Amino acid sequence: MNGRKSSGKAEWLTTMPSLAWLALFFAVPSVIVLAFTFHGHTANGGVGEWSLSTWRELVDPDYPTIVWKTVRISFEVTFWSIILALPCAYAIARMPKRWRSVVAGAIMLPFWTSFVVRVFAWKTLLHPDGWLQACYLTWLKVCDWSFGWLPGFLQRFLVWTGFATAGHVDPSLATILDSETAVVLVSVYTFLPFAIMPIYTAAEKFDFSLLEAARDLGATNFYSFRKIFLPGVRQGVVSAVLMVFIPVIGSYVIPQMLGGTECILIGNKIFMRAMQNRNIPHASALATLMAVTVLVPMGAAMWWKRRQEARDRRKLDVRTNRLMTSGGAS
Amino acid sequence: MKDDFLVFDHVTKRFGALTAVDDVCLTVKRGEFFSLLGPSGCGKTTLLRMLGGFERPDSGRIYLEGRDITDLPPNQRRVHTVFQNYALFPTMTIWDNIAFSLKLAKKEKGEIEEKVNAILGMIQMSEHAWKYPNQLSGGQKQRVAIARALVDRPQVLLLDEPLAALDLKLRQHMLIELDAIHDQVGITFIYVTHDQGEAMSLSDRIAVVNKGRIEQLDVPAKIYEAPSSRFVASFIGDTNFFSGEIVSVEGDYCTIQPEGFPAISAYNDKNLKAGQRVDLSVRPEKIRVTLNPPLPEKGAGINVFPAKVKDIVYQGVYTKYWLQSGGMRVSALKPHSRFLLDQEAITWNDDAFVWWHPDDGYMVEAK
Repeated sequence: MNGRKSSGKAEWLTTMPSLAWLALFFAVPSVIVLAFTFHGHTANGGVGEWSLSTWRELVDPDYPTIVWKTVRISFEVTFWSIILALPCAYAIARMPKRWRSVVAGAIMLPFWTSFVVRVFAWKTLLHPDGWLQACYLTWLKVCDWSFGWLPGFLQRFLVWTGFATAGHVDPSLATILDSETAVVLVSVYTFLPFAIMPIYTAAEKFDFSLLEAARDLGATNFYSFRKIFLPGVRQGVVSAVLMVFIPVIGSYVIPQMLGGTECILIGNKIFMRAMQNRNIPHASALATLMAVTVLVPMGAAMWWKRRQEARDRRKLDVRTNRLMTSGGAS
Repeated sequence: MKDDFLVFDHVTKRFGALTAVDDVCLTVKRGEFFSLLGPSGCGKTTLLRMLGGFERPDSGRIYLEGRDITDLPPNQRRVHTVFQNYALFPTMTIWDNIAFSLKLAKKEKGEIEEKVNAILGMIQMSEHAWKYPNQLSGGQKQRVAIARALVDRPQVLLLDEPLAALDLKLRQHMLIELDAIHDQVGITFIYVTHDQGEAMSLSDRIAVVNKGRIEQLDVPAKIYEAPSSRFVASFIGDTNFFSGEIVSVEGDYCTIQPEGFPAISAYNDKNLKAGQRVDLSVRPEKIRVTLNPPLPEKGAGINVFPAKVKDIVYQGVYTKYWLQSGGMRVSALKPHSRFLLDQEAITWNDDAFVWWHPDDGYMVEAK
């Protein structure tokens, strides 16, 4: 306790720079953005008088649809990124040490090329005469076929939430370029390294002899991956989810370049309001709306999880107490 | 041979240029406490890993109760391992750790509970059932690791240097517990260690492994008293080697002429002939150290040599002496069965005598 007290001041001093940085470049701008939403706008693109007119304008029937679509696509991208990142991270962590840094470096290599240039290159790859178009049509057929097998209520739920489209897709009209699939695909491509890295960092610290122990006790490879490895790298997976989900929520370049008319996300709307309509308060309000949409469920989930953990701990303590008062095992 | 409980049949394993296990044949009896003893890198762990299913031999077969298990993956053999670092699952409670194999075997809930609680009682860890591994001490983790491997009653339990991570006091305590657990469950234990003390005190039989080969396989007392090679004699306990040529044979005894040392009389159990070279091993505790030569009635034909006391390490129970005799540095161990302070003290640079009966030396290797 004593040592902690004396180091308190030093600790405070060392955290000061990052604290100041956060205050200056995160807290203050956030407050400014929030303040803008309570202003009107001027015809020339300036920020007008204090008013609630901006929030009133936000009652647009398009916005809930677009917000939901953004959240849905972010979920899809996060899901596929994690699914792909897990085996990657596992494989890299099991490589000989010399190879690990090489492969990890190779994963970061695309960042040496401009993001916009890479997305532009995808336009060529996704051309209607390309092989990815053929893959896309097959994928649509597989989706369509498996959709038919699902129970009715699930079909209706998927259509209602937008994860599936009602009715059959006309292959002659379906192109992968300018589709939602293109946006998800290229987003996964872009953000996969952000998913691999935190999971890999966690996997590198993971004790792989635990998997051997699980195998030894009768577990299959897949079972030990699921029951031992996954819980072991849980922290990494959680960071990976955040590292992918948050940037995708605000992305607008990929839907702009590859989504065509099929895929307008909230990021595009914010971009349009800010840069084309010159309505900064409106753009600020949309950004705030988006942040609230994400932060509220996330905060609720964290609160619920913490409560659950505390409850589990209490349960184990109670069991231990019961065991001890009953005088050990039967 | 296949009818024995556990059989290694001409097993060889190579890692690149290194032959870790070299044509090993080995049989283990049911219910035995069997030790693989050897220096690090001798191949004992590789033998264990092949038995666990984590390595596949390059040649040779392994049979368990007559069944060829060489190519079975680890999860399909009823052989469980206690790992050196325990490898307890950190995200599970002690209870869930122990129940792991039973749940995998899809046992009924009531049966799982009964078995886990029973074994928790046996290792006296019932009150820790709902803790996580990081809340336990080293010795407790060790006991949980053993319980986890034993709970579904495997055919064989493999222990890979299970006490190496514990401190001395705990290690001695765990030795007794391991022995008790083995007596209680009656499962075959295969114990890998580089610590001869652990192996000697626990095992029914010991296989001394060196450079991928089994140097000697026998009961502990035979390994200690009658080592089959110079390596075994020096690896198991301390010893004095006298290397020399047999100059004459007299009935059951022979006379050895070592380099830089007077002629020694030794029991010739191997029926060696004059002219053969031999290593004579004499354990320190067989050598007596006195300030005066032994009285003639102590027996004729005894080996007596004058020596100068060079080093003394007093241990309470015994004193260890290093003496210079001829060109040899002889170590001797004197147990104190009488009140030490009443005796005439032997100190540094005293002129003393070392002596032992010809029966107490053992000729390990004839070349």
